This record gives sequence, structure tokens and C-alpha cells, in this order.
Amino acid sequence: MNMELSRRQFMKGASVGIAGTTLGALGFGDIEEAFASSIRPWKLANLTETRNTCTYCSVACGIIMYSKGDLKKGEKADIVHIEGDPDHPTNRGTLCPKGAGLLDIVHAKTRTLYPQIRKPGSDKFERVSWDQALDRVARLMKDDRDKNFVAKNADGVTVNRWTTTGFLAASATTNETAWATYKVVRSTGILAFDNQARV
Amino acid sequence: MTNSWTDIKNTDLVVIMGGNAAEAHPCGFKWVTEAKANRGAKLVVVDPRFTRSASVADFYAPIRQGTDIAFLLGVMNYCISNDKVQWDYVRAFTNAPYVIKEGFGYQDGLFTGYDETRRDYNRSTWDYELGDDGYVKSDIDHPRSVWNLLKKHVSVYTPEMVERICGTPKDKFLKVAQMISECSTPTKTMTSMYALGWTQHSKGSQNIRAMAMLQLILGNIGVRGGGMNALRGHSNIQGLTDLGLMSNLIPGYLTIPTEKEATFDTYMSTRGFKPLRPNQMSYWQNYKKFMVSFQKAMWGDAATADNGFAYDYLPKLDVPAYDILRIMELMHQGKVNGYMCQGFNPLLSAPNRKKLTAAFAKLKFLVVMDPLQTETARFWENHGEYNDVPTASIQTEVIELPTTCFAEDEGSLTNSGRWLQWHWAGGTPPGEAKHDTWIMAQIHLRLKALYQKEGGAFADPILKLDWRYKDAGNPTPEELAKEVNGYVVEDVRDPNDATKLVLQKGKQVVSFAALRDDGKTACGCWIYSGCWNEAGNNMARRDTSDPDSTGAYLKWAWSWPVNRRILYNRASADINGKPWDDSRKLLWWDGAKWTGYDVPDIAPTAKPDVVGPFIMNPEGTARLFTRGMMRDGPFPAHYEPFEAPIANVLAPKVRGNPAARVFKGDMEQFGDAKEFPYAATSYRLTEHFHFWTKHSQVNASMQPEFFVEISEQLAKEKNVKNGGWVRVWSKRGSVKAKAVVTKRIQPLTCDGKTVHIVGIPLHWGFMGETKKGFGPNSLTPYVGDANIETPEYKAFLVDIEPIAGPVA
Repeated sequence: MNMELSRRQFMKGASVGIAGTTLGALGFGDIEEAFASSIRPWKLANLTETRNTCTYCSVACGIIMYSKGDLKKGEKADIVHIEGDPDHPTNRGTLCPKGAGLLDIVHAKTRTLYPQIRKPGSDKFERVSWDQALDRVARLMKDDRDKNFVAKNADGVTVNRWTTTGFLAASATTNETAWATYKVVRSTGILAFDNQARV
Repeated sequence: MTNSWTDIKNTDLVVIMGGNAAEAHPCGFKWVTEAKANRGAKLVVVDPRFTRSASVADFYAPIRQGTDIAFLLGVMNYCISNDKVQWDYVRAFTNAPYVIKEGFGYQDGLFTGYDETRRDYNRSTWDYELGDDGYVKSDIDHPRSVWNLLKKHVSVYTPEMVERICGTPKDKFLKVAQMISECSTPTKTMTSMYALGWTQHSKGSQNIRAMAMLQLILGNIGVRGGGMNALRGHSNIQGLTDLGLMSNLIPGYLTIPTEKEATFDTYMSTRGFKPLRPNQMSYWQNYKKFMVSFQKAMWGDAATADNGFAYDYLPKLDVPAYDILRIMELMHQGKVNGYMCQGFNPLLSAPNRKKLTAAFAKLKFLVVMDPLQTETARFWENHGEYNDVPTASIQTEVIELPTTCFAEDEGSLTNSGRWLQWHWAGGTPPGEAKHDTWIMAQIHLRLKALYQKEGGAFADPILKLDWRYKDAGNPTPEELAKEVNGYVVEDVRDPNDATKLVLQKGKQVVSFAALRDDGKTACGCWIYSGCWNEAGNNMARRDTSDPDSTGAYLKWAWSWPVNRRILYNRASADINGKPWDDSRKLLWWDGAKWTGYDVPDIAPTAKPDVVGPFIMNPEGTARLFTRGMMRDGPFPAHYEPFEAPIANVLAPKVRGNPAARVFKGDMEQFGDAKEFPYAATSYRLTEHFHFWTKHSQVNASMQPEFFVEISEQLAKEKNVKNGGWVRVWSKRGSVKAKAVVTKRIQPLTCDGKTVHIVGIPLHWGFMGETKKGFGPNSLTPYVGDANIETPEYKAFLVDIEPIAGPVA
């Protein structure tokens, strides 16, 4: 719904821009249709459009991602094109050299694909299942926490802290991920908690 | 940002200093172009390099990296000496008239109370003198008024002194000072756009304070086209900071207790924020409502009034913070066993890579969650000279977990201008990649199950963590966002009429104004309250209307706090509530209430001549003098970087920032100018984003190879050819690179000495599509800002020599 609404707004905005052109000469009543037909040959008709935000800097440019397949319908969706969102008040459809390359980062050859473990001293990663990886993480965390958790300091004050394991949080995840991460990390008593604000 | 990207179009003067928006934030920079084209605004760039921002500036002045405070105090001195001050603003809205305690002083580069052994100050004299009525004394003509102290403090920063310290030729400095000073009239506004060029110094916080003070003197805070505008680096670093994912923070800039605060009551006793001047809002008086609501969001029913709302479930700090530098120092000492990196590549982004590699190798386990194969996850893998490590002897177990990227994820991101914008997932994750929320939930549930089965160290905070999600293993963005907004835990009735329900259990709270300190409301992050209330997901709003084209876009997405677009906006009008500039009105007093183009940053009916605009401060005014709130001084003062080409000409005995923390062994690893004669700095290129875009083929093609930039003069002196190979080294490491010999960098003359600058971009490592290369962190010192420990990446010393290149 959001998408349709903003599409119409885009048409409204665009019609102002072409009012003085030959398309504009057709009259305001027909202008949306005239404009639509003029761009129809370029329409990515069989693709699903999804609005997103550029993952790089904090200008937070609006983008439109085009996919084969619709994720919302439960289909496998393969993103084939990404462009600037012309409705967005900040970037107005433009993207910089970083944002213009977004498609390549989505499909980077060096995306991580499977959970892997590198054993002590080994020279390679070995693929494991999610269950194996997560059980191992929980085991390592619990063992270290149980061994090194400080319930009281030397003065007998309750401090309930765990400082032998630390967590560095991401800076391109969503606020919702951040909140879930905060809850899980803080509940363990971790104090070595930081993010990319400093770098 | 106090303002927003779209607001920049309203300015008369853009000062880019400590940043390079044209290259690092190109689509935001277009609003500078807009201001230039439509308002006739001017652009000033002050930078060690002639950047692309400088190339379109109306005026460019060079400066030596790490000397911004001397420059800015010089401008302040110019404004004060030439009476270029917006007096009505300064007198009414700043603490300029307040009287400071007797005994406060500044001499030989140090403020009162310095203790060299602790590298710290006793800050007791850095405060106001209180009157018998308990309020701060106010008398601008008093010899110890903030204004008179400031005047004296900046007087040493003459144009000649600025030239001597900064290397900025006097005439160029004066031109910039004159352009800035013109913005002291109520109808001219300047905006400050800065980024890591200011933060990544051992006195980064004071760099920013210096400009904020200048902006206050000019009356440019809270107005359209003004403000202090931090161009945040990563897409949601504003959000992660707002949500308190830092050692000492609780969401919404509340703080983790220290071990001196044994009980909840002790903790709250220092957070009362009683007004320091009559009738002030002192909004932090509501601290307890935000804190208790946060505790309820964390631990639900387990947080009760009887147990201080589960106060003991929160860890207590024994040091100011376990920031990234401290934890890696502890790791290096062998005192840390486990480390988890979520979307963060510290092997390339923390300082002194040699130290980091040694530190990681002492870990028992390292967990990396990332959409990309990072160098950190492979710190144990030998990549020849690019990562020459003894793999077999590294006993760290490394677990790499594949996560989704932005395109496959739904939720909100907070931009520089504090807009929370919702986005939707459009692609299927590759392979077995999973959302970070799923991974965090799985870790939590598995830990919880282990504690339920085996027992162990104080498990209550884990066992009783409120986990109200339909699918416990996979919380949805909607569920999490609603929790962040806050909800009603128990019905609240009108105290005067019990039949009236004020808050209904289970409903979303409308904003933080509804939060309570009795446990009847829960809220993850008070400043985000209102983002998803009963009106729905306000972050997903996409109405582009903007009445009278002010650039506010109040119906686009949602900004914190309470959808306010310009912070301190009450200061856009004078003491009587009349806008300073009729052509740029923002907010005004209509006789009964505040009204205008933005959500008022003050109680809507607070009388203009009674309640001050800086409602978070107990004074109601903005601070030119920060009392004891910053570790390194109530005023900024010039300090050299820890590695500087010249001594501090104002205080030759002081090395670096005297209050910056330096760990044992790191001081010995600082180089001096005799051994390392060249002043290096680091920066981004427009084609790349940190260490991510080197994984993108198109970006890797545009900038495939690591290089360093030097001037033609230095190249000639060292016999370096453009495109030839060089070795660059500091006391901590060495890198090889191709040399770009450029006119964009020019030698400066500082204190009579020629200073050559070496530029080192930061985008290369040993993973991805580019050629393998090095980053500046192979060279940079292990020291951070005195207040928040941002590492000093922007100013350090190196040497350089030509070398034979690799055989092609």
C-alpha cells in the first residue's frame, strides 16, 4: 500500500516537471497516462519492487530494489537491479558511486553462506550445521561466564559483571536488531560492549 | 545532527571542516549545492587536503591535521575582538553570564586540578558559583563570568598564533574568520558539517565542542540552516548509539551504573537534575520514568519496586567503560577469552594491527556474524605479507556465522538527521544466511536452556529476560519496534476520577510523555517512544509534503524525539518568542503557545521569557563552559596529537591531550618527529565504503589498489615517482603502496618548520575483489579521545622511502 501511494505521488511530482514539454501539451487530464505510456517500454514489468535504504553512509538514501520473485508471497526472490528512490526527500533518486554499486555487494562472491568453524591451530574453516554452530557458541559462552562471572567485588558490593567475553555490535543492522542484541548481550552481564560509533 | 540533510538548503554559509561531504556523503552534499544555487550560500572548506569538497568551495584554507581547536578558538577570538557576536542570543540562551567558582584557572596548557600520575583532573573548581537561593549566580560583567573567562582563554589564539600552530597562512585564516563572523547577525546562518576528521583525535570531543561554542556565539543553534551536523558514517550508527550498544550506556543515553552505586536509590540520587536556574524544565528530571520503563522492558514481571526494578540484573562498571581499546588491551594481556563481532571488522578498523593480531591470537574463541567474509574472521589465515601469521600456533577457535544483508532484512535505520526510516526485505538470503535477530534469539534460548539444565553463575537476568515474542526463536521487526516504542503494563486510572482510564494495559504508549516510574509502563528506548504507537508504524510514513518548503518533511518517516526535526528549535525565536529571521521562521509564540513548522522543543505553553530553550540542561541555557562534564577541560584548549611534527608551542611540556588514557607500553610505541618526520592522516575515497565495497566488483574496479598520497615537493625530496612504489612506516608497523604524487596535498609551515603530509586511504585488506593491500591501522597509535576513546586515526607520524615494486 505504501508503495502504491508513493508511486502516485511520484506521478504527481513528475507531471509538474513535464508540464511545459510536448507531453504537457496533451493537457493535464491525460498527463499521467501519457507519461506512463512514454516510459512503458522501459518498465521492468515482471519484477517486484521493494523500498529499502542504502546500507552505507548515514545520508540514508532511499532505494528501490527490483527482484525476480516476490518475497512477500513466499517466493524465492532474486534482486536484479537497484536504483535510487525518486520519492525520497533527501536523495531524490540519486545515488553516489558507493550506492550505485549496491547490487554487487548483495551478490558478492565473498558473501558468507554457511556456518563454519576453524578449530585451534587449523588452517581452514569447516562447514557445520546451524545447530552445531549455535550450540557451540552457547557452550563456549556459558563455560566462560560460569568460570569468570563476578557476582561481588572486593568490597562485597553486588556487581554481577562478566568481563572476559566481549561483544562488538554492528552499525548497519536495524534498530530492531540492535534492541534484540542489547537485550541478549546485557542480560549476560557483558560490559565489553561497543559499536562502530568510534571508527 | 541537530538539523537534517534537507535543512542544509536553508543556510548562508557551509563550513566543512573535519569532514569531506562531497566524497564521503555525496547525496547529502547536494543540499550544499542547493543552498549555493538557490540562496547564494557560500562554502568554506578547511582541510589538510584539497578535497573534492574543497574543489567546489568558495574558499579553501589548508590546516595541519590535529590543530582544529587552535583554528576555531582563533575564529572565536576574532569574533569577540571584532564584536561579531549575536548578543541577544548569547545573553539569553547561553551560560555566558554565569559566575564560575573562585580557584578555577588555566596555565601552561593545564586546567586547575591536574594529577600527572593519574593523567586526570580533580574537576571540583570547574563549576558555577551558587547564590543563597541555590541557583547559579548570573552577572556577565563579573570578572569570573563564563564570558570573561572565555574571552581571556581564547585571547592567545591570534591570527599569528593560528598560522604558527596550524600552518594556515594568516590571510587565509582571516578570510575564513571574516566569512564566519558575518553569521553573527540574526538573519545570517552558518552550518557546520563534520565527520571523523574531527572525532578521530585524542581531543575529538573538544574539536566538536569548539565549533558548537562558536555556533552559540553566532546564534546558530536551533535555527533553520544552522546547527552542528555530524555526518554519521554507517547507515545505522546513530541508531546503535541511541539504543545504547556501548559499554556504559542504556538506551536513550541513560547510563550503566558503576559499582559505587550499590542500590537503585543511590543510582537515582545523582540523577535528580534539579534546575540550576528558576523555572527551568531540566527535562532529565524524568530520568526515573525512562529508567524504570527500560527495566520493565528488559525483565517484565521480574522487575518490581521491591527489587529496584531488577537493579541487580544490570552489571556494574569498575572502570569508566570497557570500550574497544580497553577490551583489546585486556585481550592483549591475555585477560579475555571470548569475543563476538557482529558486522564489525576490527582487525582493519581498530588501531595498531600488530597488537590486534597478537590480542586475537590469545582468545579462546571468536565468533563473527557478518554477511561478508571479513579479515577478522580470518585473522589466523596466512596471506603472505598482507597477513603474515603463524597459523598453526594460533589456538583460537573461530566460528563464522552468515547473516543477511540490508536487502534481505526489514526494519528501521536512523540517519544522521535522526530520521527513523523503515525498509522492507526484497531478496532471499543466499545459502544459509540468517537474520541477526534470529541468531541472537537462538543464542539466548540456548544459553537459557543450558542454565535451566545445569544451573551456573547468576542466571536470573538470562532466565527472566522478557521474551514476549510469538515465535521465541525468531522475533519479528514489528514486535521489537513496538517494544522499543513502549507499552502499558498495567491500567492507569485518573487519580481524580477512578472511572477514567488514562492508560490501558496492552496498548502502545503514545510517546515518552506517558512513561511512568512505578512500573506500569515498559519502554525499550525512551527517545524512540512514538515511533510505533497506536497510530501505527510512524517510521514507515512516506508523505513527502513540506508546507512552505522549509525542508522539515514532518510526515516523512519519524524522527526522534517526538518527530522533532530541528533540536533546540525554540532558540530560533528571540526572548519574546519572535523569530530572529522572518524569512526563515521555524517556531514562534502566538501569545498562548508555541507554533510553527516543527514540533516545539519546549513545553507548548512554556512562556518565552521564562523557560530557556535548552531544556535538557538544568540551567535551561547552552554551555560555553561545560563545568566538570568533560574530562579534559571546561573549555577546549590546543593540544598536539600524541605524534606531532612540532611541540605544543603554547605548552611545550605537554605531550598530546594530558587527560587522554594511555595504556602501559603504548606510550613507548609513540614515535617522535626526529625518527618519523612526516605527518600522516587517513581518509575515505568516494568510490569506497570502509572495508565493505572492496567486496563489490564495480567498486573494486573503480579503485582497485592501495595507494598513498604525497605532495610533489616531498616526492622530489625523497625521489619518489608518481605511480612508483613506496614503503611507509611508523613506530608500530610498515606498509607498501603505490605513490600518488599530487598537488592536492601541499607542505605547510608550522612554527617555522616545513611539515609534509602523507595521505593514507583506508579501504584495503586481504579479502574481496580488490588487490590485496594495507590499511592505516597498520600504522596508527593506540590511543583514543579523552572522553569517549575514539582512536586517533587522523594525525600520526611516519617515514617514507621509495622501494622497488613487486615483479609483475
